[in-house]
Amino acid sequence: MKINWFKYASPTAFYPIAGRLVPWFAVAALILILFSLYWGFFETPERLGGSNPQKEYYRIIFIHVPAAWMSMWLYLIMAGWAAIGLVFNTRLSYMMANAIAPTGAIFTFIALWTGSFWGRPSWGTYWDWDPRLTSELILFFLYIGYIALHSAIDDTRRADRASALLVIVGLVMLPIIFWSINCPDPNQCAALHQRSSMSQIESNILTAMLTMTLGFWAYSFATTFARLRGIILTREADSAWVRDVIERESVA
Amino acid sequence: MIQQALDFLRQGGYALYVWSAFGMTFLLLIMEVIQLRRSRRTILTRVGRLVRLRTPRPKSTTKTKAPAGPLGEPRGEQR
Repeated sequence: MKINWFKYASPTAFYPIAGRLVPWFAVAALILILFSLYWGFFETPERLGGSNPQKEYYRIIFIHVPAAWMSMWLYLIMAGWAAIGLVFNTRLSYMMANAIAPTGAIFTFIALWTGSFWGRPSWGTYWDWDPRLTSELILFFLYIGYIALHSAIDDTRRADRASALLVIVGLVMLPIIFWSINCPDPNQCAALHQRSSMSQIESNILTAMLTMTLGFWAYSFATTFARLRGIILTREADSAWVRDVIERESVA
Repeated sequence: MIQQALDFLRQGGYALYVWSAFGMTFLLLIMEVIQLRRSRRTILTRVGRLVRLRTPRPKSTTKTKAPAGPLGEPRGEQR
């Protein structure tokens, strides 16, 4: 089966597809997040760890880790679309990168915020210039910088290209965030974070964490596509098909 | 029953940390959804006004009678 992918690369073709996908992802996000909240609060142990256990506050893990994953993953996808936009000069790719940024920034902020409320009871401080905290904060500034740079340039095409470049340069932060705790030599990075050990994690905790991650995924798809539709309409306001869409949708 | 609910809310004395984290998370997510819905409405009105400004009147009345968009999307599928 041969699919003509370029057909869907046009805003005209993708607008109705995105519209049809939004409610599905929204429902999936709601179900997954509610399931994860139930599982995380009622089916998990009250303590985490052995001799010096983390008490109930460890439950912040169910939003902290998924949000931190999303912050990096969304950045990677945004950079991917920005790169595709620069290489193939496709309008939709830039719009996609544009639509992802606010959601990515929100998840980065959530990761920082929840982290500080987890850090207070477990490390005794809301904030410290630990390598991972610092690099995640820089990631947040990159998201904000991308949004600010894009809105600061009036010519949309130039704004697209300039901000795409910023995102791609900012990619350097992702391996830094990742290896800030998982570095090959533990003596090289004195971090407050422990090394991540996904295989040792208790299965109920893992269940809640992974369903929350999937829920955040679905949520990001829904919000990104919803925002993308707005961006497409605004940018393509001159073309004939938008007129038809407006007539159909603003009446209903 | 009430005691159980209170115990749940106390989170073993860590209520401040747990609920601040969860509260901010879902506050932000819900606010984003509300903002998106509101911006969709404003974009539809604004682009609609632009489109009406640009199209001459007689043309726009014939357009309304068109059965479907150029892509053959079903009518009134959105919203």
